[in-house]
Amino acid sequence: MTQDISELKKIASQVRRDIVRMVHACQSGHPGGSLGCTDFLVALYFAIMKHDPKFNMEGKGEDLFFLSNGHISPVFYSVLAHAGYFDKAELATFRKINSRLQGHPTTHEGLPGVRIASGSLGQGMSVAIGAALAKKLNGDDRLVFSLHGDGELQEGQIWEAAMFAPHNKVDNLICTVDYNGQQIDGPTEMVLSLGDLKGKFEAFGWDVLEGDGNDMEKVVAVLQKAISHTGKGKPVVILLKTGMGYGVDFMMGSHKWHGVAPNDEQLNVALAQLEETLGDY
Amino acid sequence: MQKTMKKYTYTDKKDTRSGFGDGLLEAGKRNPEVVALCADLIGSLKMNDFIKAFPERFFQVGIAEANMIGIAAGLATSGKIPFTGTFANFSTGRVYDQIRQSVAYSDKNVKICASHAGLTLGEDGATHQILEDIGMMKMLPGMTVINPCDYNQTKAATIAIAEHHGPVYLRFGRPVVPIFTDPDQKFEIGKAWMVNEGADVSIFATGHLVWEAIQAGEILAEEGIDAEIINIHTIKPLDAEAVLKSVAKTGCVVTAEEHNRLGGLGDSIAQLLAVNNPTPQEFVAVNDSFGESGTPAQLMTKYGLDAVNIVKAVKKVIARKKQNA
Repeated sequence: MTQDISELKKIASQVRRDIVRMVHACQSGHPGGSLGCTDFLVALYFAIMKHDPKFNMEGKGEDLFFLSNGHISPVFYSVLAHAGYFDKAELATFRKINSRLQGHPTTHEGLPGVRIASGSLGQGMSVAIGAALAKKLNGDDRLVFSLHGDGELQEGQIWEAAMFAPHNKVDNLICTVDYNGQQIDGPTEMVLSLGDLKGKFEAFGWDVLEGDGNDMEKVVAVLQKAISHTGKGKPVVILLKTGMGYGVDFMMGSHKWHGVAPNDEQLNVALAQLEETLGDY
Repeated sequence: MQKTMKKYTYTDKKDTRSGFGDGLLEAGKRNPEVVALCADLIGSLKMNDFIKAFPERFFQVGIAEANMIGIAAGLATSGKIPFTGTFANFSTGRVYDQIRQSVAYSDKNVKICASHAGLTLGEDGATHQILEDIGMMKMLPGMTVINPCDYNQTKAATIAIAEHHGPVYLRFGRPVVPIFTDPDQKFEIGKAWMVNEGADVSIFATGHLVWEAIQAGEILAEEGIDAEIINIHTIKPLDAEAVLKSVAKTGCVVTAEEHNRLGGLGDSIAQLLAVNNPTPQEFVAVNDSFGESGTPAQLMTKYGLDAVNIVKAVKKVIARKKQNA
């Protein structure tokens, strides 16, 4: 655990290198959303959550994280590896045969740090609510965090969950929306507009925070603020503005790098923009 | 010429869903980790007693079944043993992907408890009468699929699945039916129950069709046919040993279930026999159609799911066996 912003930035730079190298190595996977959410996940695992890399599925006495938009598995795996859940060398097996690092995260192969399979979208908020309810039943005052894509909010199950949590005062839950405005077929505003997202969550009874997802200092700050808003009778949601592909100039701001891997030349251009801070896997 | 059939009588009738409700209360008393969720059908699922006893361990999710399955998966992640309750249709087809990813693939200890399965839901009609649920659930790797036959067996099964680690689909029904199994039975998941030993045909029945199979057995005994009747309450994992042992003796099979003939118990038995001991088989099941409105008894007759049709199927399959001999 560190609150040192420059330390967190170093980790984030290495995680971004891992992401582009992982998707390049298997020529598949989702770099865009992974790069955009890197600062959030690094902040969460290195500055915010109390968690134990020895990994126990039930996680009693720990803060828990559920990744609902499972396609950004590269960033999740890299962060888990750097946090000590498994050896960094295993990142080289991503999406390859007989690997624990499946294309989308799963508990099925026993990878430490993963508590639910995700990839089919819209399910993670419900799961996070269930874990939060269990914490209340157990008298466990730690928190539950989750991450969702903004395009994912088009799934109806999200709004079933969004209705349930305030009604039941699930106030030990902090959901974050990766608000990058992009999805596979184009900008969300073109595919299916999310409209007034803040107003929607507020109308459902959530405590809504907004933040900048690619400025480490601000990411840590909004997460800390969110924690201070827990325990007050409402679930908390952070609408986190991120740039898809953030950190690699030619991937930034476009849905085109949602699920495409860089070629050899593109990899080298990308790596030249990302400092190797902790050693490549 | 006349054969003897073990006598089954009943003094009381109840719905299997009441067996679930009473079993859930008992499971809740035995293990504080047992919790329950319902999607706006508390009365139909008979969950009132559990809620009264353990209000803090019950979650009303409203008409939002997908969310219910996800919340159950989250509760299970943190060590709870969640029982979800709604109609069989909304427990399976409506939430197949949620069960597949968040429960089965994630290996969560969730008990999906489904009432009003099959035609015997009655007057509500085909929108609510699911006949495909066993098939959907048994195809999921790691899922246990149980369809008990009366109140006592449903109660025992409900208690048993709380003690079993892993996802379970427990299927039961709406109508009041005879209680003929032992009230003190120990329910063993995956272990078939020998209802009546016989030599001429193996009748494998599940759910409400077990009582019909017993009625059929009595008719057959009077006509000199010695039917072996086995209750397959656990469709997955199938008790292969019991099935193969019986078939080795009788040489022909009738399966009986309140389900589409595609994907149900009959399919599971046919697949087992195709590999191990190819055997003439007849299927008493719904013939790849939807149901419709009507009383349960009218529907079971119209769709051929009764003792009369089991008797017909037995005669047909015995004739096929003799032809092959």
